Amino acid sequence: MDAQFVQTLWITLKLALSTTVILVIIGLPIAWWLAYSQVKIKPLIEALVSMPMVLPPSVIGYYMLVIYSPRNWLGAWLAEVFDIRLAFTFEGVLIASVIFSLPFMVQPLHNGLRSLPDSLREASYTLGKSKMRTFFMVMLPNIKPSIITAVALTFAHSIGEFGIVLMVGGNMPGETRVASIAIYDEVQSLNFDAANRYAFILFAVSFVLLTTIYSVNKKYDSWKMI
Amino acid sequence: MENDIVCIDIEKRMLTTNGPMNLVIQATIPAGELVAIFGESGAGKTTLLRILAGLVNPDKGLVRFGNTVWFDSVKQINMIPQNRNISLMFQDYALFPNMTVEQNIQFAQPERNVSTVNELIALFGLTEFRKRKPNGLSGGQKQRIALARALARKPKLLLLDEPLSALDAEMRNSLQNEIAQAHQMTGVTTIMVSHDLNEVFRLASSVLCIENGTIVRSGKPEVVFSDNSISGKVQITGQIARIERQDTINVVTVISGNNQIIKIIAFDSDLEQLNIGDRVMVFSKAFNPIITRLM
Repeated sequence: MDAQFVQTLWITLKLALSTTVILVIIGLPIAWWLAYSQVKIKPLIEALVSMPMVLPPSVIGYYMLVIYSPRNWLGAWLAEVFDIRLAFTFEGVLIASVIFSLPFMVQPLHNGLRSLPDSLREASYTLGKSKMRTFFMVMLPNIKPSIITAVALTFAHSIGEFGIVLMVGGNMPGETRVASIAIYDEVQSLNFDAANRYAFILFAVSFVLLTTIYSVNKKYDSWKMI
Repeated sequence: MENDIVCIDIEKRMLTTNGPMNLVIQATIPAGELVAIFGESGAGKTTLLRILAGLVNPDKGLVRFGNTVWFDSVKQINMIPQNRNISLMFQDYALFPNMTVEQNIQFAQPERNVSTVNELIALFGLTEFRKRKPNGLSGGQKQRIALARALARKPKLLLLDEPLSALDAEMRNSLQNEIAQAHQMTGVTTIMVSHDLNEVFRLASSVLCIENGTIVRSGKPEVVFSDNSISGKVQITGQIARIERQDTINVVTVISGNNQIIKIIAFDSDLEQLNIGDRVMVFSKAFNPIITRLM
């Protein structure tokens, strides 16, 4: 029982951490592109990135299952070439989780970048610095509160994921069983003590993360006013 | 130096607060000079500066720096700002808030050179703030940092966008000296956008006056801004602050560039052409002005 409790929490943490790390890597360039690109299809991309915020997790979960299925070309190709099956595996859940949490990473970063005056970027360009150097030396250090918000929100959101994990991963102990699903499972089995332990941990982690976001942002606000 | 002449021949359709406007500019900026672009706000001054920096693209035309083509709509050449070897000093200074004063200046250097950074910091009186971030500093200090940073790049063309507009008169005065000094020291071709006559007279060797997107006059400031028929002994430029119509006389109050208040008696016929806010020249030729040393 205890070993399973620790294992479930470990999978929850592993999923949330991996989702956050992957999203930092792909979220930063997407946020940069959305903030400064002027192509006509931008509203389309913006809508796609934000879709997970408005869609029920079951919708995304359903489409992920369809894509993962060996009956469709991607699933079949992965199975044939790499012998990889994504449905009901940790990796499959991770990909779904990355897609589902994308807006929680991209939107705060995008807002942070947009809030910086254009002259900062332009000044760096006219001083001869490349786009890449400008991004890492000038833009990123000046949106620290947005980065912290994005990382904490993504992490907290991934830790609490339920619907999409259930759809794509099911409830396989040691593979796809995360804390939120364990709570549901334990309540269904009238095992309220175990449900309570999971619930308390999720509550505490989320509370600490949100308090961190607000106190960090407050610190930066007062710093700006000096 | 001869190779650093800036040739501009561009057209750009712009949307301003007064509606659409065509910016049509043909000008040659001689190497090593400090040239002012003068005009009301919305006349297209800043856009012209941004076109030179490569931050705004003209609809058509040519921008050439010496033998290097920066923009050519026919040959589809458009050099990115990074490769133009310029420095643009922004109206809001655009100092990087995450870097200290010293780091801001260092960042602009093409190659790291600590002694040049130290020289610039000393030259602009920034020694006591070098480890501080720009956020808590005054407008005058930020302006100095921005100028030092612009020079640290060792540009071939220095662009100043209303460099002193956010400062009070006294600060403006001392910083005008620093701009003049920096220009003299480096000899870099400098283009300064301004709507302050005093600044233009003080700093620029020639001026381009822009109205509604075109150059209406150009030349030496004293020629451009004074009517050649006037051979006055005293000439002061300023702006009309108040017009009082009294029974027999009218009193016009003019505030000069360095905030001196001058009251002038005017005839009704003079007032027909004068309105509050107009830029005017006050001159005298009937009497010899008296000069005395200030304490």
